[in-house]
Amino acid sequence: MKSLLMLSAIFAFCSTAQAETIVVGSKKFTESYVLAEIAKIALQNAGFTVEHKPGMGGTIILWQALRGGEIALYPEYTGTIGEEILKAKEPLTLDEMRGMLRQQGAGMTGELGFNNTYALVMRRDRAAKLGIHKISDLRRYPQLNIGLTHEFLDRQDGWAPLSARYGLQMQNVRGVDHALGYAALANGSIDLKDAYSTDAKIAEYDLVVLDDDLHFFPQYKAVFLYRLNTDHRAVAALEKLAGTLDETRMTHLNAEAERTKNYALAAALYFGEKPEGVAGELARKIGRWTWRHLELVGASLFLAVAVGIPLGIRASRPGPVSDFILAATGVIQTIPSLALLALLVPLPFFGISAVTAIFALFLYSLLPIVRNTATGLQDIPTAVRESAAALGLEPRAQLWKVFLPLASRTILAGIKTSAIINVGTATLSALIGVGGLGEPIISGLNLNDYSTILQGAIPAALLALLVQFVFDGLDRVIIPRGLRLKQ
Amino acid sequence: MIELESVSKKFGTTTALHQTDLCFATGKTTALIGPSGCGKSTILRLIIGLLEPNTGTIRIEGQAVSPSAILALRRRIGYVIQEGGLFAHLTAAQNVLLMAKHLHQPLGQMQTRLLELCELTHFPKNALTRYPVELSGGQRQRVSLMRALMLQPSVLLLDEPLGALDPMVRARLQDDLKEIFQRLGQTIVLVTHDMAEAAFFANFIVLLNEGCVVQSGTLDDLRNRPASAFVRDFLHAQRGLAAI
Repeated sequence: MKSLLMLSAIFAFCSTAQAETIVVGSKKFTESYVLAEIAKIALQNAGFTVEHKPGMGGTIILWQALRGGEIALYPEYTGTIGEEILKAKEPLTLDEMRGMLRQQGAGMTGELGFNNTYALVMRRDRAAKLGIHKISDLRRYPQLNIGLTHEFLDRQDGWAPLSARYGLQMQNVRGVDHALGYAALANGSIDLKDAYSTDAKIAEYDLVVLDDDLHFFPQYKAVFLYRLNTDHRAVAALEKLAGTLDETRMTHLNAEAERTKNYALAAALYFGEKPEGVAGELARKIGRWTWRHLELVGASLFLAVAVGIPLGIRASRPGPVSDFILAATGVIQTIPSLALLALLVPLPFFGISAVTAIFALFLYSLLPIVRNTATGLQDIPTAVRESAAALGLEPRAQLWKVFLPLASRTILAGIKTSAIINVGTATLSALIGVGGLGEPIISGLNLNDYSTILQGAIPAALLALLVQFVFDGLDRVIIPRGLRLKQ
Repeated sequence: MIELESVSKKFGTTTALHQTDLCFATGKTTALIGPSGCGKSTILRLIIGLLEPNTGTIRIEGQAVSPSAILALRRRIGYVIQEGGLFAHLTAAQNVLLMAKHLHQPLGQMQTRLLELCELTHFPKNALTRYPVELSGGQRQRVSLMRALMLQPSVLLLDEPLGALDPMVRARLQDDLKEIFQRLGQTIVLVTHDMAEAAFFANFIVLLNEGCVVQSGTLDDLRNRPASAFVRDFLHAQRGLAAI
């Protein structure tokens, strides 16, 4: 019971009150970031306090977050709304879409203007050499290396139906991250990938868009989805953006965002504002990310210790319960972290929040602590165990006064392992918009910009070293001197 | 007085101790002796409740050994094992005082008792702050003995207390132990595989083999009136007994 109270106290601490703030979400790619920043500025100009949770992942995570109320709005595309969210078999009119969204508690603004449809792109020289201009030309080259984003591979309006429509039988298709895919195109390890028609990379890498000659791709007009209970003045401010962004302007803003590595600056350009100076801001940002990172690691590690040591003590006694504990904590470890986050987000109480990130990190931290606690206790020689019992100590006193101190070195080693792994895993929290040092790593990955990646990766590595150092110091305090002496 | 009534113990299908009746007289030292695996350590572990018998009852000063009574009983029993069983994370003094502190005995009383025990066991006071790894084998056994005697038990059980020591240290500790036994006048049960040691400490010797009591009595009884060929062979194998 006590640990339950502690748990909720920690969660409360981490999901600090954001009652009056409008939270804007965005998907994990440049245009979505820029649109979210534009919405942020528009709402700020209308007098609201706004927070942007950038790069929260794909459609399902954002939609669940919107329905769950973790975010108030996010930029979406009409094609995605029809196919992915409403799962419509036939193309819907805008009014039909509005009606169906309303039933699910969501509203949709007017179209912003541009159509960012899916496109298949190739390097210009490669396409020219093979004589490929339109998608149906691909039928002649089933051996091409194709690297598609995971989302496009799995979408109802994605690769499988496209192949069926065009009668393609491509043999080398694999999933590649969107941003990394451009680098793969550039160095020739793949020949073709999916892209968005307003993608700034198309110009940057000198790519050609294959003509959709059978008109497979639906219209992807950008809109904002918002919760129906959002302040009507905020909705009005968003509606004012409708019809103001054509393809050229959007492509330009995307290119600016990628060139300057600054989404807020690109959004400011839309409003014709002179952006604020960014020099000297880096240290402050890294400080903020690092602090957030430490909060996530600290809270999850604390929980893992509070839960893991008792579980480890139980698991040190042979029997089916112990087998179950060790198997369960082991299985958790094998779930890919992205999958675990995706599983947790739709659950009540979790959603897109620090709670989810901390809970996921907590689960990953359990195994080393549980296992080391169990092993440390099992390794105590029988003679010592029996001496403790023979003295007349109660089982609880045997544990606290003898067994746990004797196992302290092994237990602490488990906690240290957990902490260091945790520092690395916590970077994934940025995928659900919780922040930490993963934020620059993921946006750097999207921008294909190594310096941004390093802004997160270097502090994370230093943090892992620091954690190691701190725990080496703790060894001296926690492990009794009698166990540290050489025989 | 410790009584065993029809006590037996099995480990899986192996019988460690066949149904046995035994009595250890108050204020006397009894030695349990026999080859490895004869069941002598099992008897000690049954008395202190580390093992539960499959049949029979054990009584210590009239009180039956049972799960509900075991904690209180253990605090009236001192138990010393071969390797000492000291707790590596505690100093010599902390090892000795652990149980007394747990029972919240007055600090002054504990200190007095600790110094008394140092005197009794010939343990150097300045070594009290050392950890087990910093002590010699003989010193570790002295600490183990002090720990066993701390709560002034009326029963002392020793399981090969000198087994792991080299001959010089062993001889010195033997002398000290015998003096301690005589001064304290407790009910003492000592397990050993060395007949000379058994005869040195105990007036009453119980010889076991394969989980059964083969013969009990004084050394003279065993030597002059062996109950079986095994007794004769066992005594014969222990060289140097003639001197005693």
